Amino acid sequence: MRVSLFITCYNDTLFPETGRAVVTLLERLGVTLDFEARQTCCGQMHANTGFRSEAFALARRFVEIYRDVEAVVIPSSSCVAMVRDQYAGLFAELGDERLRRDFAALLPRVYELSEFLIDRLGVDDVGAYFPHKVTYHASCHGLRALALGDRPARLLGKVRGLELTPLPNLDRCCGFGGTFSVKNGEVSSAMLAVKLQDVVGTGAEFCTALDNSCLMHLGGALHRQYAGMRTIHMAEILASTQEEVVR
Amino acid sequence: MSAVPARALSAVVDVDARHAPNGHPTGNSNGHSPNPVLDPVYALPFPKAALPVLRDSQLRKNVAHAIDVIQAKRARLVEEKSDWQALRAAGARIKDEALEHLDTYLVQFDERCTAAGGHVHWAADAGEARRIILEILREEKAEEVIKIKSMTATEIQLNPFLESAGIRTYETDLAEIILQLGEGEPSHIVVPALHVNRSQVREIFARRMGIENLSDDPRALTAAARSYLRQKFLKVPAAIGGANFLIAETGAVAVVESEGNGRMCLTLPSTLITLAGIEKILPRYNDLEVMLQILARSATGERMNPYTSLWTGVQPGDGPQKFHVILLDNGRSPILGRRTERQTLRCIRCAACMNTCPVYRQTGGHAYGSVYPGPIGAILTPQLMQMKHAQSLPFASSLCGACYEVCPVKINIPEVLIDLRAQVTDLERKGLARFFDPMYLGMRAAKLAFSSAGLFHAAQKIARVGMRFFTGKDGWIHSLPGMGAKWTQTRDLRGLPKQPFHAWWTDRPDRTDRNDQNDRQKRAAR
Repeated sequence: MRVSLFITCYNDTLFPETGRAVVTLLERLGVTLDFEARQTCCGQMHANTGFRSEAFALARRFVEIYRDVEAVVIPSSSCVAMVRDQYAGLFAELGDERLRRDFAALLPRVYELSEFLIDRLGVDDVGAYFPHKVTYHASCHGLRALALGDRPARLLGKVRGLELTPLPNLDRCCGFGGTFSVKNGEVSSAMLAVKLQDVVGTGAEFCTALDNSCLMHLGGALHRQYAGMRTIHMAEILASTQEEVVR
Repeated sequence: MSAVPARALSAVVDVDARHAPNGHPTGNSNGHSPNPVLDPVYALPFPKAALPVLRDSQLRKNVAHAIDVIQAKRARLVEEKSDWQALRAAGARIKDEALEHLDTYLVQFDERCTAAGGHVHWAADAGEARRIILEILREEKAEEVIKIKSMTATEIQLNPFLESAGIRTYETDLAEIILQLGEGEPSHIVVPALHVNRSQVREIFARRMGIENLSDDPRALTAAARSYLRQKFLKVPAAIGGANFLIAETGAVAVVESEGNGRMCLTLPSTLITLAGIEKILPRYNDLEVMLQILARSATGERMNPYTSLWTGVQPGDGPQKFHVILLDNGRSPILGRRTERQTLRCIRCAACMNTCPVYRQTGGHAYGSVYPGPIGAILTPQLMQMKHAQSLPFASSLCGACYEVCPVKINIPEVLIDLRAQVTDLERKGLARFFDPMYLGMRAAKLAFSSAGLFHAAQKIARVGMRFFTGKDGWIHSLPGMGAKWTQTRDLRGLPKQPFHAWWTDRPDRTDRNDQNDRQKRAAR
């Protein structure tokens, strides 16, 4: 099958290795990938910071670019949540009937990575090998907005060599919240400190998630504190094999 | 309570320099400032107000412990309810119906309560409500009044107003007594003294009640409060309370509580005054079936709250013989007119949202500068202030969605937060902020960059060159100037990689093997 990859603006800029891992993983599973060269950003940062008219334009752009594709895969749960939870309201406010129709037709074909693997491809064993102790952070958007449920655990559970150690208080936010981390930098840091106690307490070598924004937050603090623990997007774990270690 | 932030903050606000808008009282005869920290007009912006709390480890421990206990109880009792989601949906429907026809139901309540012997007053704002209450008390020649915990009374800053008019107020809810005697501020709408721990309560009671050798055993503390209260219940002739629900169908008022102090206030005095926001209306008596189930479980983690009082007007020879209800608008009715925001008025004040909120867990309630803290306060307060004050509150959330998940009347708080943020930004667009605010300018620039792939890729190149200056030998950024400093104060940032993903995709050698050559050319031509 043919799938279009929406890499998202911050993955493109800051985490290209996640994109490369998605390509490795999906092509290994027999998927043909497209990459729309016009893509930029879904508009989440603007919408969530109160810049609604700016978000309108970016949401419209997303729909126009992906209107005709078979499926879109997005390796970032918060960006998928933006599309799923906010676009309809934005388009209703714009009053553009055609855009609304196009979006309604596109929406069922927009997938977060773990949804795509399990719901669309019907696989939980992707043939990965990652001989490390790993803990999974359930990112608020993955947990609540997308209700990913046991999909991440099913995927990680089939990775050879991987020891999954549960993260306590899984439903507690890491304090990132996009521009919240800057606008309310100190409160965000206090939330992060509490989260880090749980994360470091697992004794894992890696903290993984399906959203690099939380991982940028957690990883930045782990690095600052010389905590001896790294963050890694789940795509990179799933792309990793005995023959070819992605990282 | 030596380290309660209210103190620290009131020292920052210049009390004498303040003036009174909207008829807010600014001070009383003895020079005490009336709740400056919880008045959105004067409160510091949330990020600044949060700082003293974040540095107060005792306070943070008290708050985290208290809400963890309540949350765990709530979770257990919600878990045992197989129809919880249906109950939430029913709760939302009932409140939506009440709000949809609020005009009709309020008039119906007025007629039926009046027919049963009550007096119904309509107050457009806080000042009018305060004046009505004072007139009633003056007519009764009451010099003292006992109070049931009411956040609506705190919203209109009733106590300092009455005190300055020479009427002594006595709080009867245990937490409110602690705050009144300790001169503190409520930090939670169900458990107002949640930020105060047992040994701090002991200190306040020993000092203010003059009890030597008081232990911090909960039984000793409640016994001290009980003997303090008993005298007030027996001699004070007037009581003021709020309402959890007003029943349009019968004209009845409902108050739910845990301590029995409410029951005493509702039955012993000769005059009873109920102050209620107009959104407290329920259409029918039977609606209580749903509301009482969701409120008790959500608020205190109980199947049923210990005391549920329901009364309709006046019964000759039984209970208060004079009964007044004040229906308070104070900024509520404009919210009805907004499609997304209207759901704010569904709130039944259970506080489940603040108990689950990871922001509230760190900051407690005082940082919100409002009698309504936490997620619900972050959406309700700026709206009650008609977006003129408390503009930092819609941003006091990481949008994690935990509040929406627990809300028993399904208020989509993140959705409302985002909408209010857009309203704040729209105000900025007309103001000076658009010329110098780095966040505003940054967001506008980012929008421009995202408007085409070419501009986006150019911006990436500029950022990569610019960031090189801040990137250490280890490839990480440890310190940034300006807004970025808020990030690097506690976190590093990995330096920007040389090759963005899109560049790797375009360059990768094996692309043509796996992708259709025509397809590639077609895209390149766009």
